[in-house]
Amino acid sequence: MKPAPFDYHAPRHLKEAAELLASLPNAKILAGGQSLVPMMNFRYVIVDHLVDLGGVDDLRGIAVGNGRLRIGAMMRQRDLEFAPEIAKHCPLLGEALRHVGHRQTRNRGTIGGSLAHADPAAELPAVCAAYDAVVHVASIRGLRAVLFAEFTTGFMATALEPDEMIAAVELPLWRDGHGYGFREFARRHGDFALAGAAALLDIGADNIVRRAALALFGVAEQPVRVDAAEVTLTGKAIDSTAIQTAAAAAWLIEPISDIHAGGDYRRHLAQVLSARALIDAARRAGVDL
Amino acid sequence: MGKRATRITVNGKSHARVVDARLTLADFLRHELGLTGTHLGCEHGVCGACTVLVDGRSARSCLMFAVQANDSDVTTVEGLTPDNGLSVLQQAFVDNHGLQCGFCTPGILVTLTELLRENADPSEEEVREVLTGNLCRCTGYAGIVAAALDAAKRLRDGPGS
Repeated sequence: MKPAPFDYHAPRHLKEAAELLASLPNAKILAGGQSLVPMMNFRYVIVDHLVDLGGVDDLRGIAVGNGRLRIGAMMRQRDLEFAPEIAKHCPLLGEALRHVGHRQTRNRGTIGGSLAHADPAAELPAVCAAYDAVVHVASIRGLRAVLFAEFTTGFMATALEPDEMIAAVELPLWRDGHGYGFREFARRHGDFALAGAAALLDIGADNIVRRAALALFGVAEQPVRVDAAEVTLTGKAIDSTAIQTAAAAAWLIEPISDIHAGGDYRRHLAQVLSARALIDAARRAGVDL
Repeated sequence: MGKRATRITVNGKSHARVVDARLTLADFLRHELGLTGTHLGCEHGVCGACTVLVDGRSARSCLMFAVQANDSDVTTVEGLTPDNGLSVLQQAFVDNHGLQCGFCTPGILVTLTELLRENADPSEEEVREVLTGNLCRCTGYAGIVAAALDAAKRLRDGPGS
């Protein structure tokens, strides 16, 4: 249960980190280490070089502007949990963060690390899917922007090249007063979710849904948007029947079966949790349900 | 391969060592410094027995390399214990049957120290939520939760209560 030997590098700047990553063979990034280090302890992962981004200040910070919330990749999950910008502009993310691991792991774990690890049951990728986030990726070739829908490419797989790292993630903001809901089912708090749903609703004063987003996680190899549910809701008055009809569209997913839960059970959970997340979102948008 | 000079302040005392990059903070504390109060259960971040405070925040010391704690301030269970006797939280564990074999206790004491510092009056639900990061396999959690709530009350009421 000890990791194999490696060389350790602690760059202070993004450029330095990118150069190390481009030049070192069999190198891996160490962000918060809450998923990587267990895999190294088990020797599922054996690296020759570890590039620790803990000291790279360029990768920290939260900024709001141009209708977007930008979060540096090395922001710790626990700091984001209490960030006023997130509570004000992206409360869905704040709610999701409280479900991520445990306090002891959130103290170390980062948003960039969670996105790069791309566990299908992870909360933060699901929030990024719901928001149509943009992932800013850095390397010695500079920065490139990747839409989140193209960022996750399969089971724990991303569009990151071996010499690339996440620099920041941007969430396009929804109108003030939008509703949000985040529900997951896990056997114990802090366990990986068997299934979960993240919902955003923009509802006008006339009770008509202007815009809807529903993302599921834990049910497939990567987070999935339920397009059919969003189409069902958008442009129509919201009520309990509309929500139940929309949530039923979660039946269309092709769920995974594993030792933790069968596919049928996950499909059931996906529908129930979708409805609950949408109800929370509608209520928070001021609808009396 | 991969040796690094590292300086870590542990329980108020600075320690400089040249260590393997792959040495976890937990093994640094136990093997380099002889601070065996920090226990290692699973070594993959599940059990929480190895929880310590790094710059005041709880962290699993099996999921950190010692080199990552360079220039940091680490507090272990030894650092929570007064020179004479027990801390309020430790005494509450004794009084409420908060431990049996004691293996998980150091990590739980560290976790609860952080909680009680941030929240002087946690609800039972809050205590139970924060304890999800620590596994106990013998007493069950009733005594541990009772000890946490009792310690919070004693700390609020002040000394001599």
